[in-house]
Amino acid sequence: MCLAIPGKITALYEEGGLKMCKVNISGVTQSACVETVPDVQIGDYIIVHAGFALNKLSTEDAQETLELFRQLAEFDAQIRAEQESTE
Amino acid sequence: MTESTYPVIEGAVCPLPLSHDQTIVMGHGAGGKMSQELIRDLFQSRLMNPILAENNDFGRLSIPTNQPGHLAVSTDMHMVTPLFFPGGDIGSLAICGTVNDIAMSGGIPLAITASFILEEGLAINTLAAIVDSMAETARQVGIPIIAGDTKVAEKGNADKIFINTTGIAWVPDSRRIGGQYAHPGDIILLSGTMGDHGIAVLAARGELGFQADVQSDIAPLHGLIGTVLQAAPHTHVLRDPTRGGVGTTLNEIARQSRTSLWIEESLLPVHPTVQAACEMLGFDPLYIANEGKLIVICPPEEAEQALTAMRQHAYGKQAVVIGEVKAEDPGRVLMRTSYGATRLVDTLAGEILPRIC
Amino acid sequence: MELLKEFRNPIHARTLLDELHRITTRPWVIMEICGGQTHAIMQSGIDQLLPPQIELVHGPGCPVCVTPLELIDKALAIASMPDVIFTSFGDMLRVPGSHGDLFSIRAAGGDVRTVYTPLDAVKIARDNPDKEVVFFAIGFETTAPVNLMSLKQAINLGLTNYSLLVSQSLVPPAMHAILSSPQNRVQAFLSAGHVNTIMGMWEYPPIAQQYHIPIVVTGFEPVDLLNGILQTVRQLEAGRYAVENAYSRVVTLEGNQPAQRMIEEMYEVHDRQWRGIGMIPQSGWRLRPAYAQYDAEKRFSLSHIVTQESDICIAGQILQGLKKPHQCPAFGKECTPRNPLGATMVSSEGACAAYYNFARIREGQ
Repeated sequence: MCLAIPGKITALYEEGGLKMCKVNISGVTQSACVETVPDVQIGDYIIVHAGFALNKLSTEDAQETLELFRQLAEFDAQIRAEQESTE
Repeated sequence: MTESTYPVIEGAVCPLPLSHDQTIVMGHGAGGKMSQELIRDLFQSRLMNPILAENNDFGRLSIPTNQPGHLAVSTDMHMVTPLFFPGGDIGSLAICGTVNDIAMSGGIPLAITASFILEEGLAINTLAAIVDSMAETARQVGIPIIAGDTKVAEKGNADKIFINTTGIAWVPDSRRIGGQYAHPGDIILLSGTMGDHGIAVLAARGELGFQADVQSDIAPLHGLIGTVLQAAPHTHVLRDPTRGGVGTTLNEIARQSRTSLWIEESLLPVHPTVQAACEMLGFDPLYIANEGKLIVICPPEEAEQALTAMRQHAYGKQAVVIGEVKAEDPGRVLMRTSYGATRLVDTLAGEILPRIC
Repeated sequence: MELLKEFRNPIHARTLLDELHRITTRPWVIMEICGGQTHAIMQSGIDQLLPPQIELVHGPGCPVCVTPLELIDKALAIASMPDVIFTSFGDMLRVPGSHGDLFSIRAAGGDVRTVYTPLDAVKIARDNPDKEVVFFAIGFETTAPVNLMSLKQAINLGLTNYSLLVSQSLVPPAMHAILSSPQNRVQAFLSAGHVNTIMGMWEYPPIAQQYHIPIVVTGFEPVDLLNGILQTVRQLEAGRYAVENAYSRVVTLEGNQPAQRMIEEMYEVHDRQWRGIGMIPQSGWRLRPAYAQYDAEKRFSLSHIVTQESDICIAGQILQGLKKPHQCPAFGKECTPRNPLGATMVSSEGACAAYYNFARIREGQ
């Protein structure tokens, strides 16, 4: 029920009485309604579903999550090394 | 015997001496003066070659006699909306589509025919531009258009223009290429990125609310095929993945040859913009149409040369190996995903529809 | 954007899978609510790479699959009417009604059009003032705001020829229905991350508390799914049952409040039929009385609809995670994507279609 993809806002405008934006996703340009995320700026990332911005996307949070994965990988490597040395 | 005093009526003819040079009308398909003018001034002036110049109801074709051979024939209907899009138009599509089909035999394209159903109201300038494109494409390929026909359908009974092209190639008997010849151990190569044509046309149609900087990949592949067959003369299969995409075409080959085709997801070439458009709409690039891509399936000892040859050709610069042919699980196409799991790649079920889920 | 592609990186997937293999000690049954998640799992094949003790069952989060047969038949009836332009997301075009589907209505001359967004349906209404334009407003909470925004826009533009045929489903009541079933085997949920993007997370702690079930808000990329599964298994192994957020780059506790306010203003909750499952109380949204004139079910007089469901289709049991598609006697035989008997085979994210397209070979079909 939820096909939505992230994109970067390249323009803001109004159409038919609604706040809209242009979103760029790897060279594909789409229009999306941003009525429910009115404080977005050009350069912000949003999640778009059926021509509608569901919410903003935090790139800082994405970075933090990826950092957790890297730490987990290190942690797992340590555990394996310890296990191998005790065998 | 006195001459008849009544005018000869050849069909529905406008009584006023206006030349219908703006749009196609029913009279253009009636077989009379208007038809002849259209054929002469619009079609023949652009498509002229010695065979058409004979002006018979048939076109003559000579076939090589220096070695035993046979003919390969293919026919196709072309309907596309919009008529013009980045990278091509219905005219270049009509020529290349059929040239490619016959070229997949590994033979020499000899000639092509072109028939038209025109909708009443089609702008003459539009028709002229399409025929120009066909003439130019045929010239590039070096193939004459030797026969054709034109009919006009009432407004609403044909979507602007339908084009049928039939192509004829000559194949030496020593050449045995076809989907049924894929053999376990063979290597599968693909000449370039998937889905360019389908997404370019969808973007040009403008109905799904996106713009994409994508060009259709319409291209005649007979030259690329010639290069491949020189480097890899024992190639078993040549196929161009058109509607239904690479996924559907590989399934056809798997069924024809009763083998299984195994591909690697991480090796499949897709332009990032095409990928993004597919994700937005919920499409899989494996099933999106191409019009200038080649699948080559050849014995493993010739794969390296085939790949090098493809990459040296203008239409094969991004050629890659995408998988191999196996004996187990005949009739299926399987893919190792980027994550290391194996899943089925089925034939496309029906029309591709954009989804929200 | 390269950053976001990292959520597809097989290296991170491997890290999460290794950790899952390290910590999983017992069998666990986890349900992913959303059909989009089912599709992503099967397309990437990550379910094959999980520890064998983890069983993923597929939930009823497919709005196409659960739209009641009667409503599909109403859609077909409206689409067949003269001077009606029936617009819909592509997903619905092949869903079988009692007799035919929207595709066949189009073939018979009905004006049925696919749109990518309901905002385009409003454009069609504006451009065709002499026609009635109906939009098939299906979806879970994720799609409610855009469906309603289209109506808001139509009203603001003064259009009187636009209406919605509403089929909105809610996730939390479905969770209750599944968890309170005596045959329930589900021990944890992966919540549909885009539903939570709109609604936030505040509806879920009462469910976790009532049933002692971990609920982890999960995204849709393979790495997001594995992250959600990992956080779920960590809770299960530790005997915890809390609501956690594994899709924090988009989901917040409070969700999209302006969207929630608009939903509150225009929709009201009601008891709803779920195709194949039955009636789930307070599980759907319909337009409030103030918007009755824009409700297609009221605008068009539809004679009594007699529905006829296939009697061999077991979509209901599949949607509740009680059976898997390959356990259906019709799977792959009478029922295929080309000739679907039920909606779970039609919808590209229905469990049956996902199994048919990606996994048929594994189950020995």
